[in-house]
Amino acid sequence: MDQKVQLGPLTLKNPVITASGTFGYGLEFMRYGDLSAIGAICLKGISLAPRAGNPMPRIAETPCGMLNAIGLQNVGVEKFLKEKLPYIPAGATLIANLYAQTPEDFGELAGIFSTEDKIAALEVNISCPNVREGGVQFGQDPHMAAAVVGAVKKRSGSKPVIVKLSPNVTDVRVIAKAAVDAGADMLSLINTLSGMSVDIRTRRSRLANVVGGLSGPAIKPVALRMVHQVAQAVNVPIIGMGGITSAEDVLEFILVGAHAVQIGTYNFMRPDNAFRLVEEVRVLAESLGITSWDDYRGTLQV
Amino acid sequence: MIDSQTPCRDLEVLSCRPGSDPTLIDLVLAAPGWTCKPGQFVMIRPAHWGVELVWPRPFSVCDVSDKGLRIIFQTVGRGTRKLAELEPGQKVTVWGPLGRWFRIDEARPNLILAGGVGIAPFVMLARRERTDNLSMLFGHRLDLEHYPYAEIAARIKSEAMQQKTPADIAQFETVLSERIKALAGVGQVLACGPEPMLKVVRKYCLMHGTDGQVSLENRMGCGVGACLGCVCKTMAGDYVQSCVHGPVFDVRDIELGV
Repeated sequence: MDQKVQLGPLTLKNPVITASGTFGYGLEFMRYGDLSAIGAICLKGISLAPRAGNPMPRIAETPCGMLNAIGLQNVGVEKFLKEKLPYIPAGATLIANLYAQTPEDFGELAGIFSTEDKIAALEVNISCPNVREGGVQFGQDPHMAAAVVGAVKKRSGSKPVIVKLSPNVTDVRVIAKAAVDAGADMLSLINTLSGMSVDIRTRRSRLANVVGGLSGPAIKPVALRMVHQVAQAVNVPIIGMGGITSAEDVLEFILVGAHAVQIGTYNFMRPDNAFRLVEEVRVLAESLGITSWDDYRGTLQV
Repeated sequence: MIDSQTPCRDLEVLSCRPGSDPTLIDLVLAAPGWTCKPGQFVMIRPAHWGVELVWPRPFSVCDVSDKGLRIIFQTVGRGTRKLAELEPGQKVTVWGPLGRWFRIDEARPNLILAGGVGIAPFVMLARRERTDNLSMLFGHRLDLEHYPYAEIAARIKSEAMQQKTPADIAQFETVLSERIKALAGVGQVLACGPEPMLKVVRKYCLMHGTDGQVSLENRMGCGVGACLGCVCKTMAGDYVQSCVHGPVFDVRDIELGV
């Protein structure tokens, strides 16, 4: 079976994408597999200026998942273009993940990436729960979400624009529609769920930031439900994510309407998991007699 | 298909047993086919773990040879307690060797400062050919025979101090301070142990101007530099991943708090 998937203007070799913030700049994983074998690599979120990130501790393990409050630590776009991007092998399909605190800065970042040949698409992060400004506050208000998407679309040139949605809203379809109306070429969801973990003896949060974002298998049912809902509500391709740790999980997301998926916490469980998953998804799809993703996608019987 | 050279391997458990103290576990895995330097670490996650615990766990390599990969650890949380249940024949996914190691100064004396199970990486260090420029001071809570102290003491000049009361800890700190001071300008210290001990070591190294390296034990999510969960603060104010920039750092390069 041909694993290729078409997400509007974006063609991927297969539906497995590594999620932003869980696969570094790709370089960290080169010794564990062939980066060009993965559908696409969503790069660690990049801002105009470098960001130091949040104080430690930043991560905590929870049942079937983990909390993180990294705070978008990154080298900044200039250093990324100079010191990281040139070293990523040419065969890899790269998606830049953009973070800014104002629509104008989002637009500026999009403008910078619009002329980078190695970048196949832009993912706009309006859903990070771990930063004080920007981030999820854009993702929780349909007007602000639209303003960011509009600013990015104005400067993104021919690069497809993916908008990454937060689950920390009352109705994810409202934000999804606002993003699509503002020009989003596709949507990715879900980012982490806002959560906490505390220690009753020290009487402290396990995260210096007090709250963090929950990821991992614990959130998969929530993610599936939201992808299912959004797939009914909009007509753009959807990239599903949240707790995927197997080929079965990947097909579940495609069944409820996703064109492709992102793998996050699973990359930490074993650094070659994304590479293995590409192969396991192919084997599973063939064993189920699936002949094309277009035929299988969104065929959930309700 | 996966490249057969991938450094991610499923290794069989050869033995996993508590020492004379039930909280100290001596784990031996099949030989990984690589060697490493003292202070480097591996990430390990049993292949049969489901998804209840999502992270692999980082451990200093205690020793590695064609006989196997040895790790010693103390059961402190859910992960280490579950690892202690490993049985011979089970498979454990291992990636490594990872990180930066202890740099020996061949021209000067090197004093090892080990605390508790932080003695682990010095087992393989003590096997090196030249040991006349090494010595060790070991601080411990459990009785000495529970640790691989004798293996090291057989090869290099070692002394141990047990801490049972707060007064013992204060005494250990005094001795640390004296030893670190004595090496100012003429030698260096290599430290691995609990964070409070590392803070003390760093404090006296800076106070007396003694060269020193410390191995940090930060919580790690991936071990390969991706999750940014294990960072420590550099003197320049940046956060760097202790998995790739460490876990062994020069005391002058990082902040450890007080």
